[in-house]
Amino acid sequence: MATKSEIAATAQPENAPVTLTKKEIERYSRHLIMPEVGMDGQLKLKQAKVLCIGTGGLGAPLGLYLAAAGVGRIGLVDFDRVDDSNLQRQVLFSTKDVGRPKIEAAADRLRGLNPDIQIDTFDTHLSSDNALDILKDYDIIVDGTDNFPTRYLVNDASVLLKKPNVYGSIFRFEGQITIFGDPNGPCYRCLYPEPPPPGLVPSCAEGGVLGVLPGIVGSIQTAETLKLIIGKGESLIGRLLLFDALAMRFRELKLRKNPDCPMCGTHPTITKLIDYAEFCGVRGEEAPAPQTSVPEITPRELKTRLDRGDDLYILDVREPHEYQICNLGGHLIPLGDLSKRASELDSSREIVAHCRSGKRSAEAVEFLQRAGFRKVLNLKGGILAWSDEVDPSVPKY
Amino acid sequence: MAVKVMIPTPLRAYAGKQESVEVSAKTVGEALKGLTDKHGDLKKHLYSDDGKLRSFVNVYVNDEDIRYAQKDQTPVRDGDTVSIVPSIAGGRQN
Repeated sequence: MATKSEIAATAQPENAPVTLTKKEIERYSRHLIMPEVGMDGQLKLKQAKVLCIGTGGLGAPLGLYLAAAGVGRIGLVDFDRVDDSNLQRQVLFSTKDVGRPKIEAAADRLRGLNPDIQIDTFDTHLSSDNALDILKDYDIIVDGTDNFPTRYLVNDASVLLKKPNVYGSIFRFEGQITIFGDPNGPCYRCLYPEPPPPGLVPSCAEGGVLGVLPGIVGSIQTAETLKLIIGKGESLIGRLLLFDALAMRFRELKLRKNPDCPMCGTHPTITKLIDYAEFCGVRGEEAPAPQTSVPEITPRELKTRLDRGDDLYILDVREPHEYQICNLGGHLIPLGDLSKRASELDSSREIVAHCRSGKRSAEAVEFLQRAGFRKVLNLKGGILAWSDEVDPSVPKY
Repeated sequence: MAVKVMIPTPLRAYAGKQESVEVSAKTVGEALKGLTDKHGDLKKHLYSDDGKLRSFVNVYVNDEDIRYAQKDQTPVRDGDTVSIVPSIAGGRQN
């Protein structure tokens, strides 16, 4: 008796010879005339199933070029909605898409680009509960996410399912690209066994990304994905490509499979998906410890006290380029300079420290308290909360 | 032996905003010590409290990962490039 999957397989056109229609031949002619792709390669693309995790900066060139290249089935996973600040780099979206679920806007755009392919949408957070189920139907996984918990989740799920994971990550002007998850190659944990603790990753002060950077990195991920599908060229398996857009330089490092890797080593200790928020030390929206342990003032309380004429010294611990975006007229000492410049502050006056969101200024308050300042308060929620609660004319960034 | 230590973007803020620093060293350990002697703020980003290189930071001599060579004791020669390569996740601000 035939099993369910055998019945499904015989019923699917997958077993019938796959061919290109006349319109498809015209569409893909620039592929077809290259021997490296040709008809064989284009038919492989047509039968390929690729899952893109994230439809943001990296997901944009991925989605667009995979769809344009004729990858037959593309899955998209994202839970977010399009936001004004996305448009600087997430070129899948238009201004009119602001507020729409990303998945919906992305699928519309890709279906418009290539109506002959299948677009699957997963409007959800990828999690330990759903990852294996979502990933299992695809040949290749492409990681276009923006945070450590999801990166480790995508890695582990790809290793468990023995699927290649085309990896790209970005920071400011710098990108890293490779392919993990190949049975003979390394996985993300071979390279980085553990994520950085939240306090040590660069804070929002040093964040940001050059808009075109994910375009370049995502395009390289796409090229690697297409090469894996057509089986041509030299893949990035075992090589970490580093790109610095500021120096405009590519470098390459060797990646090795770590025999002691807990995920893909000779004696793996991780055999199922774990709790990645806990593993990465981030627990949803919970505030980090320093923020809760320092004395705070809310934006409304601060406004009331300033209006009343209280003698308050406003200390802005952001970076000078942030001060230029918007400020509350405070005295600017970036957090990194505070230890050297604390003597500029008058410890007899009451100080209110603020930053963008309240995290850096909480560190500043903690530091100043240790340095002997008695009257220091942290502006709760930073300039973002000030904009929400007191003065909406202050732009949020 | 003069070696060039490449500083990754996320750590440049703790190294006088420089892309690379020249130090004199015979081993990777010495090169990194030369670097953290010049830029003390880098120390806690590279090493844990027990003095071990952090697990989200990898160090390469030219294109070889020192974990598969002689770790801290990996020799460096004149003109070698030591790269610090931390994990980066993307744009999320948290």
